[in-house]
Amino acid sequence: MSITRRNFLRAAASGTAAAAACAALTPGPAEARENHKVPDKAIGLLYDSTLCIGCKACMSGCKEANNLPLEDTIGEKLWDTPLELSGKTYTVIKIYQHGTMANKDKAENGFAHLKRQCLHCVDPSCVSACPVSAMQKRAEDGVVTYNKDACIGCRYCVAACPFGVPQFQYDTPKPEIAKCQLCKHRLAEGKIPACAQQCPTGATLFGSYPALSEEIERRRALKPGEPALFPRRTVDSGDTHERAAPEYVDYVYGQKDAGGTQVRYLSGVPFDKLALPMGLPDRSYAADSETLQHTLYGGLILPGVALAGLVAAAWKGSKDHHDDDDFDMFDHPEGGKHHG
Amino acid sequence: MVNHPIPSEVANRLRKPKAGHAAIGGSLISPFTLVLGALVVVAMYFLGQRFMYGLGAVTNINNGYPWGVWVVWDVVIATGFACGGYAMALVTYILNRGEYHHLVRPALTASLFGYSLGGASVLIDLGRYWNFWHILWPGYAQPGSVMFEVAACISLYILVLWIEFSPAFLEHFGFKQLKAKLSKVMFVFIGLGVLLPTMHQSSLGSLLVVYGYQIHPLWQTPLLPLLFLLTAVCMGFAVVILEATLAAVGFKRDINAELPMLSKIGKIIMGTVAAYLVIRLGDLVVRGAIFQVFTSGVKSVMFLIEMAVFVYPVVVLSSPANRRKLSKLLAAALSMLTGAVLYRIDAFLVAYDTGPGWHYFPSAPEMLVTIGVIAIEVLAYIVFVRKFPILPGHSSTAAAE
Repeated sequence: MSITRRNFLRAAASGTAAAAACAALTPGPAEARENHKVPDKAIGLLYDSTLCIGCKACMSGCKEANNLPLEDTIGEKLWDTPLELSGKTYTVIKIYQHGTMANKDKAENGFAHLKRQCLHCVDPSCVSACPVSAMQKRAEDGVVTYNKDACIGCRYCVAACPFGVPQFQYDTPKPEIAKCQLCKHRLAEGKIPACAQQCPTGATLFGSYPALSEEIERRRALKPGEPALFPRRTVDSGDTHERAAPEYVDYVYGQKDAGGTQVRYLSGVPFDKLALPMGLPDRSYAADSETLQHTLYGGLILPGVALAGLVAAAWKGSKDHHDDDDFDMFDHPEGGKHHG
Repeated sequence: MVNHPIPSEVANRLRKPKAGHAAIGGSLISPFTLVLGALVVVAMYFLGQRFMYGLGAVTNINNGYPWGVWVVWDVVIATGFACGGYAMALVTYILNRGEYHHLVRPALTASLFGYSLGGASVLIDLGRYWNFWHILWPGYAQPGSVMFEVAACISLYILVLWIEFSPAFLEHFGFKQLKAKLSKVMFVFIGLGVLLPTMHQSSLGSLLVVYGYQIHPLWQTPLLPLLFLLTAVCMGFAVVILEATLAAVGFKRDINAELPMLSKIGKIIMGTVAAYLVIRLGDLVVRGAIFQVFTSGVKSVMFLIEMAVFVYPVVVLSSPANRRKLSKLLAAALSMLTGAVLYRIDAFLVAYDTGPGWHYFPSAPEMLVTIGVIAIEVLAYIVFVRKFPILPGHSSTAAAE
């Protein structure tokens, strides 16, 4: 980045001198770590809440593909009834309800669906938090993976995730972190994630990140009420169905939130009503945390300087106390020449 | 074992009345130690359950509050309590105030147990504890993680503490030559023993930075590491005052000889807590979060209680007359410790909001395990001061005769 005269003057004029002074005082490696970028071959999902009919085929597809047990939270033992993500559930369809619930995808007297799952952050907090590299973001396609054989079960990822995704298993002596890994085992076989495979309406759509970006733009440009085509499974599957274009809220969830996510959302109701945290900064929390750590410990420069100073002070201290007869914390019982 | 000839100077010194530290002796069995032993047994029972059936069988932690008292108390707060050795080493050897050195070894003893048990109780809380070594193993270790920094520094510090403490053992078991050799390089370990707690006590605060919006603005700030460090140093000094008082009462010792040093420590606490308050409140003003002080319900109440118990020691200790009274010093130290404990509980649990529907309050078995860990620590301390030369010899009743 080159500093032009005009930029410099503007910066100076807007009073960033203080910030510059701070930057000058911080040591060399203190360059702020930028957000990670979307990988070149990134893949992801688009969940369009307006297309979701709440059939939960994605949920049962996920359980089957990932070998997950059913969950009974209402004591009837009739259906799989997870109420939230859990140690046994990687994805769950939740419903926003208001008033008479007469209108789908309306905030007033309406209802709307939301698919909870890992959002596969562009710059994930869990990966930054994990002390043992059990959580990793695949460099090629950006899938956030979990390796139980590396995991120590500290649950820092559970606490750190801004979306409350990683789930620890509290009911077993050999617990793991449960979390959607975008069906990495199916991807390896050339298949698509089970939820997108099972979705009958294309509400959950798999594709490359750029293809999904295009699809998002196409849908947002549609005129509400006009007939439009919607693909199923993947953006370019050719298997489409026609329906009236919905009225979307003017926001793509996951485009920038907390540094962006590879699972993105479109909806007819505001996202805060779908329990997705709104107002997250564009800068990822991982970047904040790692900038702080790097500033303090980058290259171990500050600790090294501090240690040199401390050891020198301690050495001087121990010299000064050599002839102090009482001084015996780190005693010198041989007496030495100071005890003459 | 070979009987090494004792140099005459050492022989002379050994004949002199002991002016340094001395084991205070006495019986290890008392009603108090028996109660402690019973608490340890209870904790062991619940730990058995935890290892057989999983963390949920004993604790109330959940996916909304994945860290409970076993992390927040046993590690975050317990290592803060164990900062006595750090704080005393800082003033005694780094700021070169030799007059404090009698207080160093008892402080170091408490640090040794606080940290060793804090480190060990991490294993209780780790879900996949058998992999714990990954955290320091190349290939697994992830230096970008704040947790890695905490784990690495605490592990190293435990090692350094045992080395710093070893003169007391070596003295007891008669390895005079080894002790002499060690003492020549001890300044390196003293330096490390100050650097490492500085790093990981501040990092305990940094742990929360990645939580982002999930921590309430009254606590979430880039200055978390500095605030955690300042309170940790104060906890160290406050614990030294508390420890000296308890040792005086529990082992019926005269504390007058230590009082002048304790009042100086009181002055240091006053200055450090004052600095902490200025930075904490200044940061709230700069970030504009100060307006949430009265508008955040329970969080506001907790914040104000925190402030009150931090302000009290500054006010009390600002009077030189108060600093000369053990009762005032003790009250200020206890208030300071309460503030620091609340600050850690608030930052990690009260200020942490991961979404609606999640609640956490520790279960009885969960707390009994934590109490058991504390009991082990107290027991170990009693055994050590009775059997090893830890406490200043000059003020013990035995030496006074």
